Amino acid sequence: MSGHYRTASGGIDLERSRPIRFEFDGQAYQGLQGDTLASALLANGVHLVGRSFKYHRPRGIMAAGPEDPNALVTVRRDAARSTPNLSAAQVELYEGLVAHSQNRWPSLRFDVGRINDLLSRFIPSGFYYKTFMWPRTAWHSLYEPRIRAAAGLGVAATEADPDVYAQRYGHCEVLIVGAGPAGLAAALTAARRGARVLLCDEQALPGGSLRADTGTRIDGKAATDWLRETMLELAQAQNVTVLTRTTAFGYLPHNMVCLSERLTDHLASPPASKPRERLWQVRARQVIFATGAIERPLVFPGNDRPGILLAGAARSFLNRFGVLPGRRVVILTAHDEAYRTALELQAAGAQIVALADLRARASGPLIDAARGAGLAIRRNTTAVGTRGNLRVCAVGLAAVDADGAAAGDTDWVSCDTLLMSGGYTPSVHLHSQGRGKLRWEETAQVFVPAEAGQSCRSVGACKGLTGAALAAVFNQAATAARDATTECGFEALPVTIAVSDDTSAGGGWLGTLPQAARPRGGKAFVDWQNDVTAADLGLAVREGFRSIEHIKRYTTTGMATDQGKTSNLNALAIAARQLGRTIPEVGLTTFRMPYLPVGFGGLAGYARGELFAPLRKTPMYGWAAARGAVFEPVSMWQRARYFPERGEDMHQAVARECQVVRRSCGIFDATTLGKIEVAGPDAIEFMNRMYVNNWNSLAVGRCRYGILLRDDGFVFDDGVVARTAEDRLHVTTTTGGAPRVLGLMEDYLQTEWPQLKVWLTSTTEQWAVIAVQGPRARDVLEPLVEQADLSAASLPHMAMTRALVCGVPAMIFRVSFTGELGYEINVPADYGAEVWRAVWESGQAHGMCAYGTESMHVLRAEKGYIIVGQDTDGTMTPDDAGVGWAVGKSKSEFVGMVSLRKRALQDPNRKQLVGLLTADPRHVLEEGSQIAATPGQRPPMQLVGHVTSSYYSSVLRRSIALAVVNGGRSRMGETLYVPTPAGESAVTVTQPVFYDSKGERLNG
Amino acid sequence: MLVIPCPYCGPRPELEFSYGGQAHVARPTAASNPSPADWNAFQYERANIKGLHAERWRHIHGCARFFNVIRDTTTDEIVRSYRSGEK
Repeated sequence: MSGHYRTASGGIDLERSRPIRFEFDGQAYQGLQGDTLASALLANGVHLVGRSFKYHRPRGIMAAGPEDPNALVTVRRDAARSTPNLSAAQVELYEGLVAHSQNRWPSLRFDVGRINDLLSRFIPSGFYYKTFMWPRTAWHSLYEPRIRAAAGLGVAATEADPDVYAQRYGHCEVLIVGAGPAGLAAALTAARRGARVLLCDEQALPGGSLRADTGTRIDGKAATDWLRETMLELAQAQNVTVLTRTTAFGYLPHNMVCLSERLTDHLASPPASKPRERLWQVRARQVIFATGAIERPLVFPGNDRPGILLAGAARSFLNRFGVLPGRRVVILTAHDEAYRTALELQAAGAQIVALADLRARASGPLIDAARGAGLAIRRNTTAVGTRGNLRVCAVGLAAVDADGAAAGDTDWVSCDTLLMSGGYTPSVHLHSQGRGKLRWEETAQVFVPAEAGQSCRSVGACKGLTGAALAAVFNQAATAARDATTECGFEALPVTIAVSDDTSAGGGWLGTLPQAARPRGGKAFVDWQNDVTAADLGLAVREGFRSIEHIKRYTTTGMATDQGKTSNLNALAIAARQLGRTIPEVGLTTFRMPYLPVGFGGLAGYARGELFAPLRKTPMYGWAAARGAVFEPVSMWQRARYFPERGEDMHQAVARECQVVRRSCGIFDATTLGKIEVAGPDAIEFMNRMYVNNWNSLAVGRCRYGILLRDDGFVFDDGVVARTAEDRLHVTTTTGGAPRVLGLMEDYLQTEWPQLKVWLTSTTEQWAVIAVQGPRARDVLEPLVEQADLSAASLPHMAMTRALVCGVPAMIFRVSFTGELGYEINVPADYGAEVWRAVWESGQAHGMCAYGTESMHVLRAEKGYIIVGQDTDGTMTPDDAGVGWAVGKSKSEFVGMVSLRKRALQDPNRKQLVGLLTADPRHVLEEGSQIAATPGQRPPMQLVGHVTSSYYSSVLRRSIALAVVNGGRSRMGETLYVPTPAGESAVTVTQPVFYDSKGERLNG
Repeated sequence: MLVIPCPYCGPRPELEFSYGGQAHVARPTAASNPSPADWNAFQYERANIKGLHAERWRHIHGCARFFNVIRDTTTDEIVRSYRSGEK
């Protein structure tokens, strides 16, 4: 048996022959294939499934869909696969499912947090803001953690997510959201006309309200038969894609709709090969929303006990899952639809103890049918309270007097279930996300879609046809689909769907129910999920909040995972009444995506782990890895940081590498430097306009250190530029700067000087660059080089030549970032590894070492060579950085030239690059340390600069540092003070060149 | 995600483009010796328009060209696009 509350027959979602075992809060239960967790629990008579957010009140299942604010559970497969805050009605049952209730301790039935309910008069809305103010420091350490522990939702998984999440793009003429009657009629219409149709529905099975429809006949068939045949037709159509378990959660500009398709959450053992979810980004020419409507609860004292459900939900549980929510049922309604529920529950064996209608007058076929079935209808009746602890056991009904207040004696009707219906709220979320306007329907008391913000239409219940005859829904949907497909260029082809035995229903209620002048029945909840009561909303208004957005934030109504799907309109009505304004005057809060919560896994998709970002490796990566190099990421590149030998740590390796370079020579992989080829008859003119330097005097075969500014006058990038031909320059950039330098160049070339005949090409990945630096560099290279003379006379410092290196066509630049004799060999990238090995072999006789970026940093700092982005920070001019000499004096134009004229940028007290030597030669300053001019200051200190680079120099046997200091160049020899965690460190200001200050070694 | 009509390649998803700021901001040449106020306006002052906004985009993962787009900043609707140098 799959539960005492299961009916003998019926339940179109079920496979009755397939029982399923599952566990809730450690207790074993049985359900049926096709059940949701909610329907299976109800079949077992379990209503209590959670504790409320703030007061820890016992709560039950209220709705049959993901809008349920109450029945939030955690479904757990293992420590890595634990999903919190799922509505029990959206969890499909599978064999062995394990679910837990949330926000209770020690147990669901006995929860000590319930004390909050008894103390509730002391914790109204805004309580946290008002109370936990003092002492300020206690908020983070004491109050917030405690409050969060006591009030909350579920807990996230504790391990990394092991599942795969797919993403894809979708394209179609017509996207239809919702496969209820309206969506199906739209899909049939659009599909028969040949348009590409994508139809999605958040449920496991399509059909929407048709799945709970027992009476209507469509095209002469029962609704469920018509549904089956329609789905078959759509499945067979080549131009139709149907996605179930797929939530449309966002409607973005240019008709993009984001869908989240759940692929394996309903399976007992998901195949490892299958993604758990698929995120769709669908670009549709036309969108049709058939998203239905959500039933509103009623606001009266004690309306939150387990056993109190929405009437439509009970009907859904009965007809889809063959489940009775209880046996002694009271119905309280302001809408005719609940009469249908009453009739069907009675027919299924439940006793309708009372059928109370808030309205003074109600008539129509459903009311007549109820009367005909012998149901006693109490008109003009309200609820003033309920009784029961973990389950409702009685409801207090009272008559409503002429003033709209509860009057007379309360009639306590005992029951095990209370079903309520305040009518239906059209689901306008997606329409509104797409900037669509809403219109207030005074008669129906609902907001309906008006002017669309994009190419979309709303049809059916979400357009306001709640409780309408099915024929009207079909007609509206077919018309909308015809118009949409016509706009996509498809011919008209009428679709008619015949409907009989159809009934329409109406009614509705907003805000609190009529109560006595001094109501005593307890809390009347508006927002179940956030424990917001009608009284809280009243308090917010009395405290001066006027905007509905502020009232929402102050009371938290409409927040959290359900985003107020059941509560927003009641909250709005209550606030509007308190404010003495109409509902449309107060207006709704903004609808934002996602419509339902979407997991981070789906949003991240494939972009995790190794696929998060591209990993760039140079041709020499394999060699370096085999030598045991330690790598560091530099932008997206993996660069060898140092090459440890025989158990060296980084400092030992760097000390050795630097000494070998200065004494003999070293080999360094400089491939990652950005490279841009600037070619064309106007290449020199272009470079004159871009860079600060004067390029006219750069002869073919010569190199120059170039500096690029932005138009604000601050250093943007730097690098060596070689003139490789009359009309051609080889521009190098910093490793991370290559894309933005090319972007800046293209910007000026295309938009400021389009008349210049220049072409820019990124050649970063075309060249492998092998730097050989040190006094023996020439000796290492000479045996490998043909067709070029490496002697100082024919290839001096800052010259370049073409040559064959190991028979490979190469460009050799005689440049140095170490201050030593140095060459950078550029060979086509495919030859990089091979030439590198040959150079390495040749260097062995000379004691050559391989060195990494860390030694490169030390060697260049010893020479005072700056690194843009380390010694500069986007607020430094060339002069600040000590490279003002590079600026062409007689130039008429370069990027940033006008800004350099500003007085502020010529202030002699600007931060200027200097060297610092610590009094203690072993003390290495921390990069980023601040610098004070006078010792012994207490905060707030007067600071004059900061350290930009700092290393221990094994060659100089002491620490060195580069810094930027206000008016630094006029402070040579001054003592400054660097505060450190260990105390103040005295430093002497020096020139930023610590080694070979005359630069003689460059010319070896 | 927007669909941006590149005047060279046709409509493409926003992923292929990079944004280039307000269009038609004239850059004074150094030779014209702009006043500090003029230069400041060029450097830092932008219209921040609510409504139709002329802006630059670059089809960086396509033809790599800069072009201009008229976009409604309240709806993201793109009215038209045209090549640099055109109006």
